[in-house]
Amino acid sequence: MSSPVPTAEPGTREATGTLTDEQVEPDTPWVAIVWNDPVNLMSYVTHIFVTVLGHPKKLAEKLMLDVHHKGRASVSTGSREKVEGDVLKLQAAGLWATMQQDR
Amino acid sequence: MQPFRRKRGQYVAEFTADEAQVVRDLIDQLRILLDRRRDDAPVDPLAELTGISAGPAVAPEDPALARLLPDFHADDAELSAGLRQLREPELLALKDSAAAVLLDTLPVQGGEVRLDEQQAEQWMRALNDLRLVLAERLHLADDPHSAESGAEPAVLHQDPTGHARALYQIYGWLSAVLESLATA
Repeated sequence: MSSPVPTAEPGTREATGTLTDEQVEPDTPWVAIVWNDPVNLMSYVTHIFVTVLGHPKKLAEKLMLDVHHKGRASVSTGSREKVEGDVLKLQAAGLWATMQQDR
Repeated sequence: MQPFRRKRGQYVAEFTADEAQVVRDLIDQLRILLDRRRDDAPVDPLAELTGISAGPAVAPEDPALARLLPDFHADDAELSAGLRQLREPELLALKDSAAAVLLDTLPVQGGEVRLDEQQAEQWMRALNDLRLVLAERLHLADDPHSAESGAEPAVLHQDPTGHARALYQIYGWLSAVLESLATA
C-alpha cells in the first residue's frame, strides 16, 4: 500500500498559458498531502491513515508525526484518479488534505 | 458520561440526557451549515436530467465551512475550482450522512449507545467535524500554541457572556469522546 505505483495514465492537465511553469511529465505520479492543523487529534489522524489509506499502524504513526512536526506529509501516491479519491476520503474525515503532482 | 469502550466487537458508551441534547443540537447546526452550502451550488438544468450535480467553483466564505471543504490543490486555483465543482457535492453528502448516522444512533433521552464498526467510523467523522467548526468559531487555529498545549485560548480572555467558555468546554469534551472512540 505504501509503495508508489506510477501508472501510464495520460496527463489530464491542460497546457494553458498560466501553467507554463508546470512542465511536468504527464505520467509523473500524484501525491496526497496532509497538512498540520492544531485541531485534529493525533490518535484520530493515525486511525484515519490506517482505515482510509490501509497503512500499517507503524507507518500511520510515523506519517502522523511527520505531519505534526514537519507541518505536512505525503501520505499516498499514484495515478491522479487514485490520489483524488484518497484526498476526497481524507477530507470527508476532516483532515486538511490536498493533492499535487510529484516533482 | 461513560466514554466509548470496545465490547465484543462493538463500541459502547453512556450519555446523559443533557450530553445527548448538546451533541444532537450541534449536529443539527452542522447539517444546516452543510445544507446552506448545498444551496450555493449553481442551478444546473443538466443535473435534473442526470442526477449529477455540480458544486460551486469557489471556496466557502464562512471559515468553518471552508475548513470542512478545503481546496484540492494548495496553489493551483484552476485545478481546485474544477475539482470543487466535481467533488464538493459528494463531500457534502458524505459529511451529512455521517451526521445522520450519529443522530440515528444517539437516543434523544441519552442512555447507552452501541455502535458497530461502520457506525463508529461515521461517529468519529461527525464528532470531528463538530470540533473543526467549534475550533473555527473559537479561533483556535489563530492560536495554535494554546490549541496544542491545552492552555486557554485568547478568545476566553474577552468573553463577558461566557459563551466562548461554554463552547470551549464542549470542544474539550467532544475531543475526549472522539479520543475514546479512536483508541477503543
